[in-house]
Amino acid sequence: MNFATNKHDYESSIFSGLTAAAAWLIVAILAVILANITWYGLPGLSWNFIAGSTEKDMFNPDHASVMPMIFGTAALVILMTVMVVPVGVITAIYLTEYAQSSSPMTRFIRGAVNNLAGVPAIVFGLFGLGFFISFVGGGIDELFYGATAEPVWGKPAIIWAALTLATLTLPVVIVATEESLKAIPPGLREASLALGATKLETVIKIVLPQALPGILTGSILAVSRGAGEVAPILFTGAAYYMAHLPEKLTDQFMELGYHVFILSTQSPNIEQTRPILYATVLVLLLLTFALNVVAIAIRMRIRKKLRSLH
Amino acid sequence: MGLKRGHRARPLEWIAEKMIFLVSLSAIATTLLIFVFITRESLPILFGQMDSSHKTLVIPVADMNKYSDKELSKYLDMPEADFKAMDAETRQLMIEVKAEATAERPTDKDAGINTASLRYLLMPHQWTGYDKPSYIWQPVSEIHKYNIIPLMVGSLKTTLVAMLFAVPLALGAAIYVSQLASNNAREWIKPIIEMLSGIPSVVMGFFALLVMATVLQDVFGYASRLNALVAGIALGFAIIPVVFTIAEDALTSVPRAFSQAALALGASRWKATWQIVLPAALPGVLAAVILGFGRAIGETMIVLMASGNASIMSFSPTDSTRTITATIAAELAETVFGSHHYRLLFMIGLLLFIVSFFSNLAGELIVHRLKKKLEGRA
Repeated sequence: MNFATNKHDYESSIFSGLTAAAAWLIVAILAVILANITWYGLPGLSWNFIAGSTEKDMFNPDHASVMPMIFGTAALVILMTVMVVPVGVITAIYLTEYAQSSSPMTRFIRGAVNNLAGVPAIVFGLFGLGFFISFVGGGIDELFYGATAEPVWGKPAIIWAALTLATLTLPVVIVATEESLKAIPPGLREASLALGATKLETVIKIVLPQALPGILTGSILAVSRGAGEVAPILFTGAAYYMAHLPEKLTDQFMELGYHVFILSTQSPNIEQTRPILYATVLVLLLLTFALNVVAIAIRMRIRKKLRSLH
Repeated sequence: MGLKRGHRARPLEWIAEKMIFLVSLSAIATTLLIFVFITRESLPILFGQMDSSHKTLVIPVADMNKYSDKELSKYLDMPEADFKAMDAETRQLMIEVKAEATAERPTDKDAGINTASLRYLLMPHQWTGYDKPSYIWQPVSEIHKYNIIPLMVGSLKTTLVAMLFAVPLALGAAIYVSQLASNNAREWIKPIIEMLSGIPSVVMGFFALLVMATVLQDVFGYASRLNALVAGIALGFAIIPVVFTIAEDALTSVPRAFSQAALALGASRWKATWQIVLPAALPGVLAAVILGFGRAIGETMIVLMASGNASIMSFSPTDSTRTITATIAAELAETVFGSHHYRLLFMIGLLLFIVSFFSNLAGELIVHRLKKKLEGRA
């Protein structure tokens, strides 16, 4: 290998400069996107837009309100969180506290988690339709309502959309919780065991309270991800328009991300609806971004605390 | 604790541990269920059991009773259970409607073709009105044309544009952040690039549709405003954080001693990076590219909104394009449950699942081996 350097190593400075340019270009692109959305979206934000009532004409800039969509999104992600967090946390506890890290079973579970994180969102949508709606929902209908009746459970509904999103966000919760569990000093567990506590007592009373901020981070990241995904809810529960807010688990719902899609592609007059479109995008972005920032802040605090512990 | 061990000593502990283990199988169970249920809906296509040809057989209402329920439900293209659930009057009505529909069936030579068989899914065919054999996806036309090749070409074309755009940028940034940047710059740039992954794909699709499409058309002056180029570049933004994070991780995990040895021998920072660190981390960089590919080919909302969605067979990036994901998203809601169109959409979904499964697996295996190797040496 030839490391001989000239007085002026042009090659080095050119290529170093190119990599720096690549990094700053990405930052610049992000800045342009955010600036564009904020610039055109901000004027459209008003109290009436965010918290108004369900208006008949969602394409009319003077009356449109995203309140039903915010409500639908919130209901959706709350349902999702209730279902995904316990499963994700328990899986992470198994992986870090109980499983032997090199056993085939553990590697298998880890592989499945990694794979699940890479399955396309639209495939989750197909899964939600094929499994939750037609198999589970259709099965419930057949058992309790008879096959001929109008479907009660075997049709798109908020519960199926939430379940579909829960399967999609499961890896997010598992990975974040695992990270926080791993960061707990083993001495704490050993001290607890040495004092006569059982493994289960140690996990519940010592490990879990310590991991709480990490679990919170995982939940917030999952919510942020779930609130932004549209493809999985296209056929599992999102509605184009609904005159009332969802009341039952079997109701359909309006959703922010899906509404952005409708406004961008199905608006009767794109010039006229552009202000509400931008404002809706801004609301969605504020929601998902704010959640992300909170999650990152908590995570940084955990890491700082850990560094002082070690 | 006494001498007793296992479940007899502490039944509650034992039960809890087993429960925790069972719950932890959820990720495996979900993966299996996804595979099983998507395959289940597409099996009749794969086994050639679906028939989309227009039948010439007509069963007059008067002869209804000569046929069994099974034959009649097959004749009406509906599950037997549904047919049995109908009362006699509805059945009669269905048979009458079917007879009318059959009388109005298209009469050209293509009407008798079963377009849902594998030959017509994959091979070109000279349809009536075309001057040469063509690959056509037109599921809702009178003769259902289900050739999936244009969709595959569309997906690959858009993904290729995305990769050409995202990989150089993401790798350049990863090299800069992990090797060349000052600590201060690194602290800022890394989280900002990772923030890009927090932008929902529907927002990226919206931005491509409203802003980028106009700007790019003004610059390049092509005819179709929405096309594979616009969708591909927006898709590139979306996969930059994936490629960046994995590549940066791989580059950082190369032991410091490697580059320090090169620097001590008089190499510049760039030479140490290019000739020492990058080759050592190369498998990780490859994994980043593979995982980015898997993510790009499965992305839905961006391509649905920004690619124009015309299912034409074309290799040009400036033509309107329809991908596999966008086809599923746009058409599934309109299909009849259990129809050939419905099952075909599940079949291309299965194709996507398999592609993403193997690209994930390959990426993870490469990263795993690289980490092991580097840790062993360090």
